[in-house]
Amino acid sequence: MIDNPLRDQRDRRLPRIAGPCSLILFGVTGDLAKKKLIPAVYDLANRGLLPPGFAIVGFARHDFGTQQFAGMIKKAAKDGARTPWSETVWKQLAAGIRFVPGEFDDDDAWEQLGKTMAELDEQQGTGGNHAFYLSIPPGLFPVVVSQIKKHGLAESTKGWRRVVIEKPFGHDLASAKELNHIVAEVFPRESVFRIDHYLGKETVQNLLAFRFANGMFEPIWNNHYVDHVQITMAEDIGIGSRAGYYDGIGAARDVIQNHLLQLMALIAMEEPVSFNASSLRIEKQKILANARPPARMDLHTARAQYAGGWAGGEHVLGYLDEEGIPKSSKTETFAAMRIDISTRRWAGVPFYLRAGKRLGRRVTELAVVFKRAPHQPFSKNDVEELGQNALVMRIQPDEGVTLRFGAKVPGTTMEIRDVNMDFAYGGAFVESSPEAYERLILDVLLGDPPLFPQHEEVELAWKILDPVIAHWDRQKSIDTYPSGTWGPESADAMIARDGRTWRRP
Amino acid sequence: MEIALEKTNSARIARALVKARMAAGSPAMDMAFTLLVVTDDENVAEALKTATTLSREHPSRVIGVILGDGRGAAHLNAKVRVGESSSGESILLRISGELTKHAESVVLPLLLPDSPTVVWWPGKAPTNPSEDAIGKLAQRRLTDAEATDSAIRSLKSVARHYVPGDTDLSWTRLTPWRALLAAALDQSSGKVTGGTIVAGSGNPAATLLVAWLESRLKVDITTRRSDKGDQIMSVALNTHGGDVLIKRISDHSCHFSVPGSSPREVPLGPRTLAELLAEDLRRLDADEVYEATIKHMLEDA
Repeated sequence: MIDNPLRDQRDRRLPRIAGPCSLILFGVTGDLAKKKLIPAVYDLANRGLLPPGFAIVGFARHDFGTQQFAGMIKKAAKDGARTPWSETVWKQLAAGIRFVPGEFDDDDAWEQLGKTMAELDEQQGTGGNHAFYLSIPPGLFPVVVSQIKKHGLAESTKGWRRVVIEKPFGHDLASAKELNHIVAEVFPRESVFRIDHYLGKETVQNLLAFRFANGMFEPIWNNHYVDHVQITMAEDIGIGSRAGYYDGIGAARDVIQNHLLQLMALIAMEEPVSFNASSLRIEKQKILANARPPARMDLHTARAQYAGGWAGGEHVLGYLDEEGIPKSSKTETFAAMRIDISTRRWAGVPFYLRAGKRLGRRVTELAVVFKRAPHQPFSKNDVEELGQNALVMRIQPDEGVTLRFGAKVPGTTMEIRDVNMDFAYGGAFVESSPEAYERLILDVLLGDPPLFPQHEEVELAWKILDPVIAHWDRQKSIDTYPSGTWGPESADAMIARDGRTWRRP
Repeated sequence: MEIALEKTNSARIARALVKARMAAGSPAMDMAFTLLVVTDDENVAEALKTATTLSREHPSRVIGVILGDGRGAAHLNAKVRVGESSSGESILLRISGELTKHAESVVLPLLLPDSPTVVWWPGKAPTNPSEDAIGKLAQRRLTDAEATDSAIRSLKSVARHYVPGDTDLSWTRLTPWRALLAAALDQSSGKVTGGTIVAGSGNPAATLLVAWLESRLKVDITTRRSDKGDQIMSVALNTHGGDVLIKRISDHSCHFSVPGSSPREVPLGPRTLAELLAEDLRRLDADEVYEATIKHMLEDA
């Protein structure tokens, strides 16, 4: 691409189009593929970001013909796309759609896949560039990866081969290592893309731009000024149809291990020397390596399950009443914990992480809560309603930044009250933020890995979480909280022990 | 803005709330720039409609400036609108009499604080946009050679007076073609030895495309006149491995063929003025590639 005389890095009108390539989808009939992946591919095509010779190959057990498969993709794209529907764009995409039916252990099907790939190189000009997208349960990884190896699909004389894997990246340190071992045997580390869609590149870049492109925040970004940090990821939905996956996993493994600890690393890390993949990773790893779970797990962690009730105007079931959940389940749907980071910048500043389902509303945010002014020239009465200053970075929905500070209430008395100053990304920029998956898929096709976590980060995060989960496993009972609220009393008590309260997001 | 919701839940209400807030645009907040639209009575309705569409994507203060008859006493009429079907705010200024020579004095106090200012001439533009009294107020100046009577001459005129921040929309119209050509050369590795463009005569975008290709590829590009209207009909680039050919087959699509893979149909549709402006305003700094291209175009002429 560097050699192309028509490209110039100053030419910012020309979109970065991925080179000719194909995306080989495993688990293409799954929910994720239908709701997220395929619409994202269509949106990319519609925005002109896919190469003219792009191909999609489906590999699944179904007895589809390519025609039927194309029909399924068309429906999924139509239903889920955020950009308007265009037949011309679809026609271009449809020309590159192929389907290979078969079981994962069926050697003939893999032979067929190899032939299809070669055929695409010929017809679509994909030039040996293929990305394997494993949208399948981790239990199937070994068989799929070993089949890829056995049939020589991971190597090629020209072009690249990449593999995309979705979270969860294991369920504890040992399984994460094993999973990595399986993949690393076949693909070199720079070809492995771990996708964490809550951490779409856009979000991460917004965070980094906010912290490091501005001069006014960094000076107060330390334990002299920051009192504590709260990281919240709340969902208003229950487990829905994911019972089979969720039970036994729980909130900590499902989201804290990856999303919340990654967000914590981004908010706490030192400024990287550059924004290339490795510098960024080094800084994140320093934070993850020096973050430790609470010494007293009983005092500074909380976990609970949602109980049935009314949430957001709808009657909902409790976790134990959901279909497919055993009555004896102790899986947590809410998890909260205090993490301390042993660095000069953050010593004494606790990071409170909480995540859960069936909470008040869907929100992911990072709140940096500042210390109070050391001296108030106003009387105690005047500042009675004044809270702590806070800087809140909203990740979703309605991505933006809110600054909370005190202002005088108009009138003759001196009275100071908290007010909000709000910025929404959607309000100030021409292009609506692309779906996280669009960015992620494009990055995979462009071979641009900076913000994908590598296995070291995954393993460090498990090291933080494993002791907490081990502590929980030793407990005989689990707390509950009413659906549609902000979690159990134990979580409030946990933060109250430190003389603080959770924000209402 | 009003949104009615039935049989709903909290999450949907929250979404509608965000939508309504965005559509209403919070005044004096989140507005990205002031957009000045300098036009006449005949074109003002269309131009403001475009600006409103644009501000739906990109909240801005739109100031329409209609320069009327220059004779007689100075006269200023204005209409102000906030919210309703558009986000941001719009002000329509009707200026006549002696004041038409001092329109900038009306506009200056109305600019948003700190935020950039963009001026767009939907029709005839001043010969030297950056020296124009209103043009001087802006960081970005958008002209549209295609909307004038002699498009090529207009393009060359603004090109001769180029300063950073100027763009002609014929350059913006070219982006999809340039993207396809760049994608084609991503795929074929051979060096380009020459090329041919078939386009209608008097198409400023075609002139810019030739200049761009020549300046980037350092080869001569032949232009042939098309007999099927004034669009760019096809671009062929000769490489060592064979020809790259992009050929328009309809208003919405083209044939795309590169050596070593079979030809396919890809979308190449027309874009609305609002989409063009949106692309242009994504960046408020100078477009250096455009500068290099018009320089080459003027040297060549």
